This record gives sequence, C-alpha cells and structure tokens, in this order.
Amino acid sequence: MAEQPSEGKPPAAPKPQPPAKPPAAMATTPWEDELVRDLREKFADQITEFSVYLGQKFLIARPEAVPAIIEYLKLEAGFDYLVDVTAVDYPERPERFELVYILYSFARNERIRIKTRIAEGVRPASVVRIHPTANWLEREVYDMFGIEFDGHPDLRRILLPEDWSGHPLRKDTSILDMDNRWVREHLGIESGQ
Amino acid sequence: MPDGTFLDATELVLNMGPQHPSTHGVLRVILKLDGEKVIGTECVIGYLHRGIEKIAENRTYAQFAPYVDRMDYVAAVSNGLGYCLAVEKLLGVEVPPRAQAVRVILTELNRIASHLIWLGTHALDVGAITPLFYCMREREEILNIFEKYCGARLTTHAFRIGGLQYETYDTFEEDVRAFCDMFLPRVDEYEELLTGNRIWIGRLRNVGILNAEDCKAYGVTGPLLRAAGVKWDLRKAQPYSGYEQYDFEIPTGTNGDSYDRYLVRIQEMRQSVRIIRQALDGLPGGPIMGKVPKVIKPPVGEVYVSIEAPKGELGYYIVSDGSTQPYRVRVRPPSFVNLQALDKMCRGALVADVVVVIGTIDIVLGEVDR
Repeated sequence: MAEQPSEGKPPAAPKPQPPAKPPAAMATTPWEDELVRDLREKFADQITEFSVYLGQKFLIARPEAVPAIIEYLKLEAGFDYLVDVTAVDYPERPERFELVYILYSFARNERIRIKTRIAEGVRPASVVRIHPTANWLEREVYDMFGIEFDGHPDLRRILLPEDWSGHPLRKDTSILDMDNRWVREHLGIESGQ
Repeated sequence: MPDGTFLDATELVLNMGPQHPSTHGVLRVILKLDGEKVIGTECVIGYLHRGIEKIAENRTYAQFAPYVDRMDYVAAVSNGLGYCLAVEKLLGVEVPPRAQAVRVILTELNRIASHLIWLGTHALDVGAITPLFYCMREREEILNIFEKYCGARLTTHAFRIGGLQYETYDTFEEDVRAFCDMFLPRVDEYEELLTGNRIWIGRLRNVGILNAEDCKAYGVTGPLLRAAGVKWDLRKAQPYSGYEQYDFEIPTGTNGDSYDRYLVRIQEMRQSVRIIRQALDGLPGGPIMGKVPKVIKPPVGEVYVSIEAPKGELGYYIVSDGSTQPYRVRVRPPSFVNLQALDKMCRGALVADVVVVIGTIDIVLGEVDR
C-alpha cells in the first residue's frame, strides 16, 4: 500500500503535469499545538501530516491507524462527536480514495478532520464501535464509492437499490450513463436521461 | 399443542410506508413487533435519491446553488446559506454587512416556517387537527414575504455566492415587522392549544427519549440535542453571517423526550423573532454583493462549513481542484444522521409511538435521500 511516499506537501520541483487535474497544491500551513504534540508522541510516524487550511485543521494518517486515532481523540481529547465520514475519489493516484472523518469536540468547541488515503480494494476498519453514528455514514460511503469497511455490522447499500451496479460518486462513473440495465428492467425506459 | 400454528408466533414484522401519511414523505420503516411493542426497526431510505452530490461535480459553483434548495425543501433558505458560506470561505470573499443581516432575517423566517410545518404535521399525526391550519396560516405570511423578495415561495434560491442578488423590496421591513408583531401572540395560541393539553402530554411525555450521551454517540444535533439538555447551537458556538451581534437564548430541555423537543422548538420560534427584530433594528445600508470574480474559480483546497439549520448541523464539505466546477461536494445532512437514532428511540415503545418519534425527529426525506 505505502510503496509510494504520499505526495510531499510542498512539491519540490514543479514538473509539468498534463492537465492540472488535482495537483494537490493546497496552500496549507503547519498545525502546531498541544494536541499535535500529544498525537505525535502517541502515534509517531502513523500520522504523516498536520496542516491548517483556511483556519481548519486536518491531519493525514495511515489507514490502519485511523480507528486508534479516532478512539484516542474521543477518550483523551474530548472529540466525542463524529460529524461526518465521506470520501473523495482521485482515480489517477495510486491510492485513489481519500477518506475523510470530521470530528468535533463539544468541550473544546473545535473541529478537526482526519484524512487517510487508500487504494482500490483495501478494506479500511470501520469505526462504528467507537462512534455508532458511523454506521449509516460508512454505508453511504460504501454505496457511493464501493469502499468496504472491515468490521462494519451491516454493510449494505443505503440510498441506491440493492441490485444497482456501480458506485456513482467514483469519478469514472459518468453522470449520463449510470446503471441503464437497472433503469430498463425496473422502469421500462431506455435510460434515466 | 401442535407445532407451527400462527399463535406460536411471538414476533410480527410490519411494514410501514413508503406510502404512509405519517412518515412525512417516502420513508419506509420495517417494524419488528411483539404484540404492540416494538422490538426493532429498520429504515429503508433512498426513494428520493437524486444524486445531488454527483450533480454538483458536473455543474459550476453558481449553477449548483439552486440544487441545494431541493434537499430540505421546507428550509431551502438555510440550505442556500450553508452552501454560499462554504463557497465564500473557499474563495475568500467578504460578504457586506447588509447582505449578512438580510440573510439572517430570511434564514430565521425560514426557521420559523420549518418549525411551523413540523408543529402542524406533528400535531396532526398525534390527532390534533386544528394546529395544522393555524401553522399553515402563519407560514403563508412567511412565504408571501419570500415571494415578494425573490419571486419563489419554497425553493427560493434567495442568496448568491458573495451576497444577495436582490435588494429588499420597498415594504420589506414593514412586512417583516408586521409578521413579528402578529406572530408572537400566535405562538401563545399554539401553546394554549397544546402545552397543557392532557392528550398532547400523554402522547409525547417520555416518548422517544434520547439522552445527551446517545445524542452525541449518534451524531444527533439540533433541537433533539438541545432537548436532551446540551446547550449547543452553532449560531452561538461558531457564529456565522454575523450571528455574534445578536442577543438570543438557546432553549434547552431536561428529559430529552418528545415533549421537551416540542417546548424547545416553540421557544426557538420566539428566539427567531427576537433575532429578526434585532437584525431589522440594526439593518445597515451599503452594498449587497461582495467582490466576487465573474468566473468563480476557487484555489485548490477544501473546506467544511456548517450552519445551524432548523433540523440540526447542516454541513458542506467542498473540495476544489482549481477549476470552475467543484471536485467534490459532500452534504452533511442533519435529517439523515438524526434519523439513524430512530431505532434507539423506538425500541420498547408502542406502534403508535413510532409515529410520534418519526414526527419528533423532524425529517425531510428530500434531505435524507438527497
């Protein structure tokens, strides 16, 4: 999985890329505070980046460390509310999916994001046992991206029909050409367009 | 006794919806019953799924704005506000004070309208028909203001990225003030009908209890969280659009049951009027549109912005790849997340209480399914 170093944040030499698709050149600043020191001490190289963008803090971690980080943040740092779990698809990257967990702490009134990158076919561990709210959120990520969560109690499609094929929010799924077979069989029309 | 008569059966599976008037749209709930007692529920959703997030990736930032109104269509103004704030943050655009104040006025009017729909239909579910007519009557006044302001009543698309498209109309301030003066006594009327009503209390008290711990575990926000005693409202916790200037209370409950949620929402309507009046009193002049480039092309980056929608935390996570179309728009819908707690609230209750619990969560299926 991690044979390729995750793209270094300040890209050293701006090599010419064909189209400027996602050049990952977010103008971030480093995130430094007490919490970062604690996390560095606890998770060392499991977390590869601490950044701030537009005043919003996020960290990038290795996928296998994510549940432990979320659990640590919940129990030790007061991040007791999992706001959202979602994903972003970058098909041209070797680790094509970016999973995003948004956490909030009522005590600190602070919001942070945890991001991790996974390749196609990798099964990230579910965080349902830490935050029950992740149940439907992970189901939606599975439904829309086809990412299967390991240890999820009930991993089924949630918004689309069970016999739907494909995962709509993947970039290679065209909005004009989703599951025409399903549409023909169930609605009796040629396509949904 | 011979084996296998139906009298042996202790569990019954009952299907409720999607075509059921008290599921508030196309929600299907599969109930597992022991007699009249609910031992488990499962929600089947997605009947209204339109792929809003996929559509976003195929539209420009400005083109996508009208679509967000179609999620929570009884609080379209809130949806629009959240989206505009997120894109503005991504662009680094300052919204002029006048636009912020008008946004607050319209959003709070919409909160009242949303709560009125909730109150009317919730009371109707429980068997009180009259409040529905009263609530619709007052909501009509709000929709008339929306119509005069932007031409639309429901899916308003009232705001634009960077501010407002339209200046307020000539009698806007008088209309809103007249509504406020008319509305507060009407809230007292609803309370007279319901707050001390024995049947209302009997149906709502101790039904659908969700304590603060469970709320946090299930990510439940909005009036449900406040009814459980957590004084948390994004308008206070992380103010946006100038909410820090206004003086208002966060109503809370103690038991976290349906009755407390009713009280919280009633109080919220009063607080909204308070905010609207303050915004009108201090309504600044000046431009209504910030400096927005002709072509909206945010720099590469990502942002998560959330607001206190009538139903809870409504968040937008937008990823920009530097082009004119968003690379990814994720909507964090309060209804979807709150609905997940339905099972927890229904277990052990009676079938009739399921209707109350669905009503008390205040879901809009357009937002659950997107």
